[in-house]
Amino acid sequence: MKPRVLLENKQLEVTLTRLCYQLIEVHNDFSNTVIIGLQPRGIYLAHRIQKLLEGILKKKVNCGDLDITFYRDDFRKKELIPNQTNIDFIIEDKNVILVDDVLFTGRTIRAGLDAMLAFGRPNDVELLVLVDRRFSRHVPIQAKYIGLVIDSIQTQNVKVEWTETDKKDRVTLIDK
Amino acid sequence: MSNLSVNHLLGIKYITKNDIQLILDTATNFKEVLNRPIKKVPSLRDLTVANLFFENSTRTRLSFELAQKRLSADVVNFSASSSSVKKGETLIDTVNNILAMKVDMVVMRHSSAGAAEFLSKKVNAKIVNAGDGAHEHPTQALLDAFSMREKLGDLKGKKIAIVGDILHSRVALSNIFCLQKMGAEVKVCGPTTLIPKYIESLGVKVETDLRKTLEWCDVANMLRIQLERQDIKFFPSIREYTMLYGLDKILLDSLSKKIIIMHPGPINRGVEITSDVADSDQSIILDQVENGVAVRMAVIFLLAGRQ
Repeated sequence: MKPRVLLENKQLEVTLTRLCYQLIEVHNDFSNTVIIGLQPRGIYLAHRIQKLLEGILKKKVNCGDLDITFYRDDFRKKELIPNQTNIDFIIEDKNVILVDDVLFTGRTIRAGLDAMLAFGRPNDVELLVLVDRRFSRHVPIQAKYIGLVIDSIQTQNVKVEWTETDKKDRVTLIDK
Repeated sequence: MSNLSVNHLLGIKYITKNDIQLILDTATNFKEVLNRPIKKVPSLRDLTVANLFFENSTRTRLSFELAQKRLSADVVNFSASSSSVKKGETLIDTVNNILAMKVDMVVMRHSSAGAAEFLSKKVNAKIVNAGDGAHEHPTQALLDAFSMREKLGDLKGKKIAIVGDILHSRVALSNIFCLQKMGAEVKVCGPTTLIPKYIESLGVKVETDLRKTLEWCDVANMLRIQLERQDIKFFPSIREYTMLYGLDKILLDSLSKKIIIMHPGPINRGVEITSDVADSDQSIILDQVENGVAVRMAVIFLLAGRQ
C-alpha cells in the first residue's frame, strides 16, 4: 500500500508553532524550563521547537539530547547502538519537557524518565510528542502536548522525516 | 557493524578492526556516563559476573569491578590465594562450580597463556580475558588505543613505540595486534635479550637504541620489567637497564617533538621512567586508568548484548 501522508511542510509548521504557543502558555518565558530531546529521532523535533521558541521569546532556551540505550528494558532482545548524550545544563529543580517524535508503547519514554534522573531531580516533567499512536500503550504514560493523534495498528509504522536528515519535513503512515 | 563478531574477548588477535572501533565508540558513550553526577546505568541488572583472578592485580581488577557495578551487574570476586585452588582443585572444576551458581560471564586472569581460550571451549559462559600469562591482555590494549585516539585522533599512520620488557609482556602483544589493526606503525625497543626472537614476523620494527626510538615515535608506551616472570638474568643489573632504557626528563626534553608517554602500570618509579616524567604533562598514565573503566564497560555491555 502507498504510504499515507499525515503531515507535511506548511501543516507541520503550523502544528509545531501551535505546540510552541501551548508551551509558552504554561511555561511563560522559559526561565526555569528546559527541553530534552530523546535520541535518536526526538532530538530533531526538540531542536526545531527550541529554535521556534527562541524566535518567539527572543531569548535563549536550553535544549539537550538524551540517549536512553543503557536504560532500555529490551536490551538483549534487539541490537542497540548508543548515541550521544549532550546535556550541558543542570536539571535539578527545573521544569523539564521531554520531547520525542512518536509516542507508541511508551517504553522509550519510561527509559527516558530513568535516564534523565542521572542529571538531577527535576521539579516537574512533561511530555511533548509530534504523533501520539493512541490505544497502543504498554505502560501508563501520556503526553501533555500532542501534535497529532492517530489510530494505527501494530503492523503499521509511523515515519517522521526532517529536513536535517531526510531532506524534507513529512510524517507518513506506512504498512510494514 | 552493530555488534561484535565474537562471543568472548580472548585476545585482540581474534577480533576485527570493526569490533575494536565499535568497542572504542561505545566506550566514548560510557565515558560521558562516568562524568555524570550519577554514574550508574541499569543496563545489566540481570547479569552476574564472576571475576576470577588467579594472579595478582590492582588496577585491572578494580577497573573491571567498577565497570560491572556501573552497569548494575551483580559481581562475585574470587582470588586464587584465598580459595580451594590451594587445595588442588582444577581450573575447569573451579569455574564450573562458580557457573553452577548461575553466573553469566567470567572475567579471568591466569598465569598460563591460553587459559581463557581453553575455558571458552569448555564452559558455557562468556569469557573476558583479563590477562593470560605472557600472551594477551586485550582490555589493556583497547584502553591504550582509546587513550591514544583521544589525544591523537585516528591512529592510522601514527607511530607508536613499545619500550622495555617485550618478551614477558602480554600488554605488548595485545597492543601490537590492536595498533596494527587500527593502521598504526609499531616499533619495539629494549635490550635484545628482552625482545622475542621472531617478533619482526608480526610486522613490527625492532630498535635497541632508546633515543632513536623516541625521536621516531608519536607515543611511547613504557613497560615495566617483569622480574616475577624472569627466571634467569636477562640484563646485568636494574641500574644498567635504567641507564640504557630508562626515560628521564632530560632525555624527554631533549627530543625534537613532544611525544605522549604511556605506562600500563604498575610503575617502578626510577626504573623504566622517572617520577618527573610520570607526573609530567606529556604523561597520560592516569587518563589510561580513567578510560579503563569506560572501555571495560563497553566490552561487557557489548558481549552481554550478544544472544
